[in-house]
Order: sequence, then structure tokens, then C-alpha cells
Amino acid sequence: MRVAGKGHIDRNSTVHFRFDGVEYQGFNGDTVASALLANDVRLMGRSFKYHRPRGVLTAGSEEPNALMTVGVGAGREPNVRATVQEIYEGLEVRSQNAFPALNFDLLAVNDLAAPFLSAGFYYKTFMWPRAFWEKLYEPVIRRAAGLGALSGAADQDRYEKAYAFCDLLVIGAGPAGLMAALVAARSGADVILADEDAQMGGRLLAETDTVDGLAGADWAADVLAELAGMDNVRLMTRTTVTGAYDQGTFGALERVSHHIARPDGRLPRETFWRIVAQRSILAAGALERPIAFQNNDRPGIMTAGAVRAYLNRWGVAPGKAVTVFANNDAAHRTALDLIDAGVHVTAVLDSRTDAQAQGDYRLIRGAQVCNSSGRTGLDAITYRTTSGQEKLATDCLAMSGGWNPTVHMTCHMNGRPSWDESIASFVPTAGAIPGMTVAGAALGVFSVQGCLASGADAARTVLQELGRSVADVEVPVADDAAYAIAPLWAVAGKGRAWLDFQNDVTVKDVKQAATENFRSVEHMKRYTTQGMATDQGKNSNVAALAVLADATGRGIPETGTTTFRPPYTPVPLAALGAGSRGKGFAPERHTTSHAASVAMGAPMIEAGLWYRPSYFPRKGESNWRQSCDREVGFVRNTVGVCDVSTLGKIDIQGPDAAKLLDFAYTNMFSTLKVGRVRYGLMLREDGHVMDDGTTARLGETHYAMTTTTAAAGLVMRHLEFITQVHHPEWDVRIMSVTEQWAQFAIAGPKSRDLVNGLVEKTIDNESWPFMACGPVRVAGIDARLFRISFSGEHAYELAMPARYGDALFRVLVKRAEALAGGAYGMEALNVLRVEKGHITHSEIHGRTTAFDIGMERMISANKDCIGKTMAARDGLLEDDREQMVGFKPTGAIKKLTAGAHLYSEGAEAVPENDQGYVTSAAFSPDFGHYIALGFVRGGAARHGDRLRLVDAMRGIDTVVEVCPPVFIDPEGGRVRG
Amino acid sequence: MRLPCPICGERDRREFYYQGAAVALNRPAPDADADAWQDFVYLRENLPGDHQELWSHDAGCGAWLVVTRNTVTHAVLGAKLASEADR
Repeated sequence: MRVAGKGHIDRNSTVHFRFDGVEYQGFNGDTVASALLANDVRLMGRSFKYHRPRGVLTAGSEEPNALMTVGVGAGREPNVRATVQEIYEGLEVRSQNAFPALNFDLLAVNDLAAPFLSAGFYYKTFMWPRAFWEKLYEPVIRRAAGLGALSGAADQDRYEKAYAFCDLLVIGAGPAGLMAALVAARSGADVILADEDAQMGGRLLAETDTVDGLAGADWAADVLAELAGMDNVRLMTRTTVTGAYDQGTFGALERVSHHIARPDGRLPRETFWRIVAQRSILAAGALERPIAFQNNDRPGIMTAGAVRAYLNRWGVAPGKAVTVFANNDAAHRTALDLIDAGVHVTAVLDSRTDAQAQGDYRLIRGAQVCNSSGRTGLDAITYRTTSGQEKLATDCLAMSGGWNPTVHMTCHMNGRPSWDESIASFVPTAGAIPGMTVAGAALGVFSVQGCLASGADAARTVLQELGRSVADVEVPVADDAAYAIAPLWAVAGKGRAWLDFQNDVTVKDVKQAATENFRSVEHMKRYTTQGMATDQGKNSNVAALAVLADATGRGIPETGTTTFRPPYTPVPLAALGAGSRGKGFAPERHTTSHAASVAMGAPMIEAGLWYRPSYFPRKGESNWRQSCDREVGFVRNTVGVCDVSTLGKIDIQGPDAAKLLDFAYTNMFSTLKVGRVRYGLMLREDGHVMDDGTTARLGETHYAMTTTTAAAGLVMRHLEFITQVHHPEWDVRIMSVTEQWAQFAIAGPKSRDLVNGLVEKTIDNESWPFMACGPVRVAGIDARLFRISFSGEHAYELAMPARYGDALFRVLVKRAEALAGGAYGMEALNVLRVEKGHITHSEIHGRTTAFDIGMERMISANKDCIGKTMAARDGLLEDDREQMVGFKPTGAIKKLTAGAHLYSEGAEAVPENDQGYVTSAAFSPDFGHYIALGFVRGGAARHGDRLRLVDAMRGIDTVVEVCPPVFIDPEGGRVRG
Repeated sequence: MRLPCPICGERDRREFYYQGAAVALNRPAPDADADAWQDFVYLRENLPGDHQELWSHDAGCGAWLVVTRNTVTHAVLGAKLASEADR
């Protein structure tokens, strides 16, 4: 019911929205919760386990009951708190966890079964028969218990990540936060003020306090106007600071467009911020706690602070006859505010026998509410005093068990809060988060005056720590009433009294946990699931552990709390992962020949982040093998062209360049002549192979190294490590130039024919023998030509600055085609190198040594290098190690596959009999059958042996012959041709 | 987490690559005994408290750093260029 003359809503702007298909009206400034209450809708959801009817309990982000699904279609969002969702024209909201309807839920039968569904029932009830858990019990439980569901369709909405930096982050814009921000801002500090609410002001919006004679909300508006006009201040509304991390880093979730009917398509739904602050002030306020009594979960029963918020901020009376139930003075103002607004207050029931009335209302001292009634909403309560029980008709109960400072963030880095008897609650422990100061109600200071002073003090402390002068700001005058409280956690009595509303955990459950010896608060939490719902126990933790303390005969401080962890409120994974979807998750690297390759119809395959052509199909070819075989034929018979730009290219220059290469590679590079290329092998310090590649000496102090595509980054970092950590005294510079050069392999007997006519000066076998390199000019442009070969054929690699790559590739392909050859892709490249026995990371997979791949003689005896000492360890040079060999099929099945394992003929295919495995396999068009590379125990001495090959995954069981790993041209005549 | 790169200033840890204990600064002589090499390559202390670590500013200047960090409090106590670090 709306109350005239109250609230900070815009009464001139009617907003229509729908809840469960029924249209309602509200105003700009309303939340779904306030608008529904204004329409006298109290039933807003069903509880998690028992499907009990539930209404709103709070007025903030801690709400455990009024969870709803917002929106329709793919982007609908479940479990949105009605107390947080602002209404807008056309908003669609639905209730959750009810079947078939909210006011008639068949699963409410669970409530009758409550005796069987108490704490730990999951662990006890569904033990037998075992197979039933997965097939029957779990699906049924999951259907019955639970909250809202995602649509299951891909979320098309945009999310963002953002970063911000400041001198001071103020968390919370209530009186303490506003005052802190004001003092810091006037002192010239860079300030970020973040508040989870749409409107800043905190409790000043929800109470009737005055500040310096102004209404609290007006004072807040004045301060905010001043702050908004300052360049050194950033105000962030609808932004929840969710976690505190190392070195002053904070996570924060900004709900950017949840409140907008038709948001601009460019606006993200949410932005996840990382805020780095030199200092922070936590002014997150306090949360009011309910009191546990029988049936305290009925719609219409809410916290007293929430009742005042609905009344003062939104102009809504949550009932026609309101009763207040409290253990502290602060809650009495609920009655005063309601009476002032013309709402009937039946009575104030105060559990304290010495409570004093603060105005003209009926006060019943020493009273405790012990039950409630009403089908889907409150219609009466029963209370008990020393003179017996009385029933009282009321449709709203405002309860207050006191306030808990919002200590959560101070616990995010292992801090533990301290118990403060005077407010019967936990307060932050100083220094729990480096650089963080706590102020206001979050510190246990509950009067407005106290909060303002505390905020100003915190700002002064921080400014002094930052070495800044402090502006002279006077603290305004406000209410400074004492907060008098006598703890009351749970009213004694029969029946179920709720502690954790969201997870349906009652006082009984906690006591049962204690009885069954789950006495540690962490055990109780997990056994009962108290505090494990999305509100993370904000409404229930302190009361639950008080009940546990009582049940185990310990004090609250000895019982301790569970650990508060980030995030403070739920953060959608979509926001945390913003930008990391699709290509944002795995960006694509394209070579300069990409467009031309795609235009030629080549399917592109991933090589790390790179995309490379798999093969280039031609007319009449119906499968990839036909294309691949043809392309292999180009290289073996005429000439093929292939983009090899993805290999890592590192430019190494300086007087000590040769020293670096001698130390990084196992073999010598200082002896390499200028204008020559050498194959090099790199080890890790543990003696296993890291990478291989060719390095060209372009000048006396200038080398160009290539790495494998996969290890380009790794090798670059490794070389930096050598030059910065091991030998900073060396005068050498290294630079990754992978993307600066486009490089193409030109391979085949006619490769020189292709090159000649393209380079300005004709080459021959004398001027460019095998492993020669040097500068050439192509079309008037400087280029580099290397006579190197991965295929085993007479071949070259031609490199030009990347901007010419596209044009160069097209020219090379055209020239190759004119010579009856053409482009070849990764499939052919792989076949060619397997035929030649050249290794890739399939063979040097991290567990193989130079010895294992038959290259132990490449470790130079004349110098030290990375990995040399450890490569000579006992056990790494044993003859029975798995050594690299080739395989040819001799059995009935001719197909060989990588990943297959090898066994002695006739031996069972079990791990104990394992003789080795296949690392690479390909169909060789040159031999007309499959060939493979792999490792076999003592393989170097077993050429000619027959072994059983088993690939259990692909159902292959055949026989192979072990052979040398080089299938084609083992003498190497072709490369020198 | 933030690391103070001596060249770039304080940066987010996402810009850095973590290598491990700064043991790697003291590479044994090639002919040092097997234990020395075993220690250097494999064995690492894992004590609570101040810890010298090697980080590479991969997404920044490329410098290798020796960072002093407390493994209990996560406090970062300083960073030096590895090329200038004591060994």
C-alpha cells in the first residue's frame, strides 16, 4: 500500500511491469519488491527445500527469499533479487521454484515431509540401493529443490571488463562513505566512490534522520552534487565491490543496463571492474538480522530496517496493521515512522524487560513472538510474556535481532573478525586488509553522527598515510542515539524456526548438527548447508553460530565464524569472462597468405593460435587424401610452395651473439661461416629436448634463428633468460621478428627454376649450395634466401618483409603452377617430413633426450650448453631407453596410427608388455603404404624386428617392422642436387 | 596482485610469467657434482615467509625480475632486474 507524501520515488512517472503474467504499476525509483508491496503482493517466491510461501525479508542485496527470473528468451536471468531489480516499462518478472503456480505449489508437500528432510538427510536417506542415486534420487531432488534456471540458450548479451585506478576507493555511500569521500576529494585525492544501490545515500534514504538540519537524503544529495562536479572523483552507482585482493586490487561488478527497458545495443549488461587503489575505506554499513521463532518465514514478516526503508524511501507501508518485535532500541523508530505516516502500529514487542517507549505506542516488555499464522501471508502472531501467550492480529511483523557490521570484505585475505559484546556482533579486525580502513556501521558505529565522524576520521587517516594535506571539513551534526541491545537469537519453543531462509535451515537443524557431533562451525555449515546459499549467510551466520555456541556450551567467540570469501554478492561468469568468448577466447593469427589460401578453397586448421592451410583441393578431388598425395607429388617431382611464416623467427645481434647461440644450442654456432645455415638442437636444463630449428649467420655479429611454431614464445623467453639471468655481461640483443617476415618454402627438383627469374641475380649450385643463405633482391626489394629443406628435397625458403607476403605468395604459386607444381598444405608437409624422418614436437614431446632421437652426437664436447650436464646423467644414456625408429606395416591391416602402442608379437597388449609407441603416422604416396615414426625400447638396435601394433581407440591390431626413421633418400643426395 | 617492474612501474600480475624460486640465478659449474645439479634443477625450498622469485615481464618490457614476496601475507617487498640481482 502506497503512503502519501513519503519516499524518494518519482510519482509523476507511472511504470508498468508484469509479475507472473499479471500487470502492475509502480514508479521510477521502485524496485520490484517495493512496487509489489505497494500493490499489496506479499507472496513472491517459494523456499528452496520445503516450498514454503515466502515474501520479501529485506530491502537490499542480502535478500534470501524474493528471488525471481527477469526477462524472457535466451538472456533471461534467474535468481535476481527483487530488492535489487529496478522496474522499468515492460519489465517481465517471474517467480521460481513453484509448480504449477506460486499460490498453489504441489511440491509444498515437502513441507509435510519435513521430519524426513532435516539436516544431513541427503547423506542418510539415499544410501541404498546404490545405483538409485544417479538414476532416481539425484534427478528427483534436483527437480524438487533448487531455484531459477538459465534458458539453456546462448547468452547474446554483451559484458565488459574494465580497469580503474585511484588514490582512495570508498566502498559504500552511506553517511560514513559520503563523509570519507568528501574529505578526501576536497583534499585533492583521486577518489572512487562505489555503491551497489542505484541511488547513493545508504540508510540516509531509508531513515528519517536529519543532518545539519537537512533531511538526510537532501544532505546526501548536496554532497553527491559537489562530488559529481569534481574532476578527481568518480561516482560508481549500481557497482558492488565484490572482493579484496592483493596489493590494493578490488573486484567490482557494475550492473550497467539491467534497469533500462531498451538499452542501447552498445551498452554492456554488466561490467566487471578491477580497481587498483592506494588505500580503501570500507563503509559498507550493517545488515539487520532476523530473530528465529516458529514459522518466522511467513510473507509479511521482514526486518524492521526493511519496513522503514519501504516506508521512507519508497513510500510503501508493507502492512495495514504492523507489529514490531525487537531486542534493541533502534527498532523502536520503526513504530515512530509508521505512526508518523499514519500507518497503524498494533504493538512493539520488546524482549527486554527494561525497554523504554520512545513515543506514543503500545510497548509490551519482556515479550517474545513464538508463532505466526496465515496461509500464504501473515495474519496473526502469537507472543509470550511471563503472563502467558496472546494472539495478535497483524499483517506485517517488523523484527530486529540487532545489526551485523558488514565485515565480509575484511575477511577476504584470511582476516578473522572480532566479537564485540557491546553490540553482540562481530566487528572487523584492524589491519585485516593492507591499506584498508573501516568506517561507520561496518565498524559497529550505529548512530548517524557517529558514522559521519567515523567516515571523516578514516579519510584523514588515509590522507596522512598518503602524505597528503587534509582539507578542513567540519563534521555535520546529526542524531547520536545510543544503540542498546540485549541478544536474542532464537525464541525457545517447538516447531521450525528459520535461521537460513534461503537454504531452509532451522534452529533444529543446527542443534541436530551439534548433537551428531558436527560441532565445528565449518562442519555445521556443511552438514546443514547454512550459509551456503547465494546470500552466503548474510542474514543467518551470526544467529546460527550463536545457536551452535549455545548447543555446544561454548561462547560465540570460541565458536568462531566460517570464512567469508569473495564475491560479496553473486557475480555472473559472463561478467568475469567478458571478452573471452568465441574469438575473444582464442584470437586467430593469420599469415599473409591467409586470404589467398582461403580463396583457393583451402580448409584452414589451427596451429596454436595460427591458422594454416590443410590442403588445396582441386577440381575432381573428392577427399583430402587425393589433394595431399598430389601435393606431396609436387614436392617430390616438380616444385611446391608452402607458407612457413608461423615458425618463430628471432633476430640475434651483437658481439656476443655467437656465445649466446653456443650456450643455447647443443652444437656450435660460433664456427658457422657467414652466409651459412645450421640445424640446431636446444635442450632444457634437465637434459631433455626443448626445441629445434635452423639458424642462419647473416653477418659476423648477426644471426637469424628459427624455432618451431609451437615453441616460438617459449624459446624467446628462454633466450631472454640466458641473456638476463645467466649472462647479463654478454653484449647481445634479441628480438622476435616472427610477424615482421613472411617466409615461404619452395621445395622440389624444380625449386631453383622457380627461384631463378624471381631473384635479380641468378643462382646455381656453386653460389647457393645446400645450407647457404644470404640477401637477394626480388622485384627491387631486399629479401633473404635460405637453402634449407624440411622435405628432404632440393629446397629454399624465401623471406620478405610481411607487407609483401600476400603478393609474394601469389607469385610463387603461379610460378610453381607454371612448372607443373603448386601450393601445398600442412597435410603434405607432414607426409614429406615423416618420409624424411624429420622430428616435430610429436617426437620431441618433452620426455625425449637427444640420445633418444639419435642426436646425442650433436651435443658438442668442446663447450658448455644448457642441459649438457644433466643430459649425461646415468639412466639417460641407457641402451634400453625408448629410441626413435620408423615403422612399416607388414600385417593384414596396413593402416598405422599415431598413439598406437607396440608389443612383442604374441604378447598380450597390456601396459606391462609395452615396447613403445607411435608418434607420427602418414600414408606415403611415394611408397604406396603407411609409414610411421615412434619410439621403441632399445630401438636403435632393433631395425628389422617385427612388433605387434595395437590402437585400442581405433580398433587396429596389426604387425609392423621396425626400420630406420629416414625413409626417403637416407644418403641426402636430393637436398644437394 | 601487482608487481613493481623496475622499468615499467607497478603492473598487474597478468602481464607477468612466473618461473619459480630465484635458485636459477646460481647455475652450478658444468663439472659440479650431481647433487649440486640436482638441487639446481629440481629441489626447491617451500618455506613460509619471504621468498625470492623469478618473474618475466612477458607482456611488458620482457625483463626478467627477481621479486621478493612473502608467501604468507602475499606482500610484495620489492623487485630488481635479474641482470642486476645479487648472486
